[in-house]
Amino acid sequence: MDKMPQWADVVLIPLISLILAAILSALVILAIGENPIDAFNLMVQGALMRSAGWGYTLYYATNFMFTGLAVAVAFHARMFNIGGEGQAMLGGLGVALACLYIPWPHWSLAIIGATVGAALFGAAWAYIPAILQARRGSHIVITTIMFNFIAAGVLNYLLVNMLRPVGAMDPATAKFPEATHLPTFRDMFSTADNIMFRGAPANVTFFIAIAACVLVWYLIWRTRLGYEIRAFGHSESAAKYAGISPVRITVIAMLISGALAGLMSINTTMGESERLILNSTEGAGFIGIAVALMGRSHPFGVFLAAILFGFLYQGGAELALWTNIPRELIVVIQALVILFTGALDNMVRMPLEKLFLALRRRDA
Amino acid sequence: MDFLTIIQILDSTIRLATPLLLACLAGLYSERAGIFDIGLEGKMLFAAFFSAAIAYSTGSVWLGLLAGIASSLVLSVVHGLASITFRGNQLISGVAINFLAAGMTVLVAQDWFKQGGRTPSLPDEARFGPITFPFADALENVPILGPIYSELLSGHSLLVYVAFACVPLTWWVLFRTRFGLRLRAVGENPAAVDTAGVSVVGLRYAAVMICGVLCGIAGAYLATALQAGFVKDMTAGRGFIALAALIFAKWRPWYALSATLLFGFLQAIALRYQNIELGNFVIPVQFMDILPYILTVVILAGFVGRAIPPRAGGEPYVKER
Repeated sequence: MDKMPQWADVVLIPLISLILAAILSALVILAIGENPIDAFNLMVQGALMRSAGWGYTLYYATNFMFTGLAVAVAFHARMFNIGGEGQAMLGGLGVALACLYIPWPHWSLAIIGATVGAALFGAAWAYIPAILQARRGSHIVITTIMFNFIAAGVLNYLLVNMLRPVGAMDPATAKFPEATHLPTFRDMFSTADNIMFRGAPANVTFFIAIAACVLVWYLIWRTRLGYEIRAFGHSESAAKYAGISPVRITVIAMLISGALAGLMSINTTMGESERLILNSTEGAGFIGIAVALMGRSHPFGVFLAAILFGFLYQGGAELALWTNIPRELIVVIQALVILFTGALDNMVRMPLEKLFLALRRRDA
Repeated sequence: MDFLTIIQILDSTIRLATPLLLACLAGLYSERAGIFDIGLEGKMLFAAFFSAAIAYSTGSVWLGLLAGIASSLVLSVVHGLASITFRGNQLISGVAINFLAAGMTVLVAQDWFKQGGRTPSLPDEARFGPITFPFADALENVPILGPIYSELLSGHSLLVYVAFACVPLTWWVLFRTRFGLRLRAVGENPAAVDTAGVSVVGLRYAAVMICGVLCGIAGAYLATALQAGFVKDMTAGRGFIALAALIFAKWRPWYALSATLLFGFLQAIALRYQNIELGNFVIPVQFMDILPYILTVVILAGFVGRAIPPRAGGEPYVKER
């Protein structure tokens, strides 16, 4: 018998963890001599009260949905993929190659090509750690960390020595051709006399991210493969007994995870910068960890958590602009969320379980 | 390449290997006791900032070192609480600690010094100065041995010698004392240790605290000896290279020394030469940067000398199932 009703596990624990993280963040803001309530109001103003603010919030959220899903899928197979950052970097390379070297007639075709490129390159970068884990037993966390650094080095080399246009100074590819530019929210939702989402980078990739959430949900809970992944995650020995190959599930789950992380770069590389730059991922691969933990590895939870982190990111940028609070506040909040929802999960869970057991005993 | 250049590169190898060695030994204690720690980077960064900040404001490098160790220990307590007391996921806790340090150091630095997330440059008296061995100047002109003695071995800061002394010390503690035997046992089979009436929790906390002290020294070395002050993200992945070195060293102290010297050597080469030309083949500098990580993956894959981690590593110990 479960110690707690399911709603407590799904809603109450993340909520309490979030409140704890928020209280600590407020204390941090107090300690550096700013008013947390004012700061929160400013964040809400900047991120949610104007359409341009939403444009940024949803742009960041798009990145976090992809990386959050990537971490979540790996979590279902009880693997911790810290390599989202590297996989997203390589995904960016796939997008850049697809956009630069194939003459696309229209963005709607280009985005399909870029999706394939991003997914392939991201998955390929996850393949080596996956196969090493499955066949040689090397710990996937360590190998994916190493692959993050290797990806950064490889990308640095390619951008500086091979992909940089002749005469350009900064390590980046040439601008992608006009036909591959994705329509932004401004292009889609503005009317002649009412311009919406002015200057904001949110673009059609947002809808691909939502589609990815739905597809991942379908995959995990409605397909045979998803069932095998979850079974493997719950108990490797039971899965083996049921005829599920651990090697196959490990590799497939990591390929899906890597592909999802790679897809993030459609948003940043094709949608925003329209060329491949050195630091296009900006740590979004790591935020995926917080998003997946917060969202309890469920695509809908990931969707909500990604929007929350998009809000924090855009709000944090506003804070850095108008107050003395640097952007790094967001990194602290992210760390606290990871700490409370991930590592200190039991600290919240144990007292709650006791509480629910006590309540049940009184009922009986 | 003349002799003096080689000496200079080896000299910078020693300086660059020191933080790696300290962090690697830190990880060694923790992981030998069954607590994975990918938060080495964060602890070093935290210690680097607080040692620089306190050394700058008090003018005493020793207080700075103490502050560095204390701040690193705070993060160790967090890691211990998460992974020992509340039996959480040690890897996730490590990730959180890295981010906490990356964010907090800049936040506090901006609040205290208002210089864009860095400390002011430390004056010489607030740093660990070089220690000159006796007769180093007199022997400088002796061929071969003179430069080795006066350039390579002499003239490093105290913390460098502390780091190198930690290697035999760690070996002795882990393999020749009762505490060390228990510490290794708790990383292999905690249930056996528990049955023998020794506290698993106590041993693991002790290991995590030793890890904190060593990371603290490593961070203080970065900010008050190798460089003069703290800058944002100054550890630059050293915690992860140390982690790689730990695997490379197969969780053994003497191997840790050679692994960190090798990785320090690679860093020294990458620092001195942009691209290395071998005939008409050019090794790009980026390759030198990522070589430690590639080597670690190869070792992990078990093609060359398999690395087997402590058996109970990463798993929280539950007394009764």
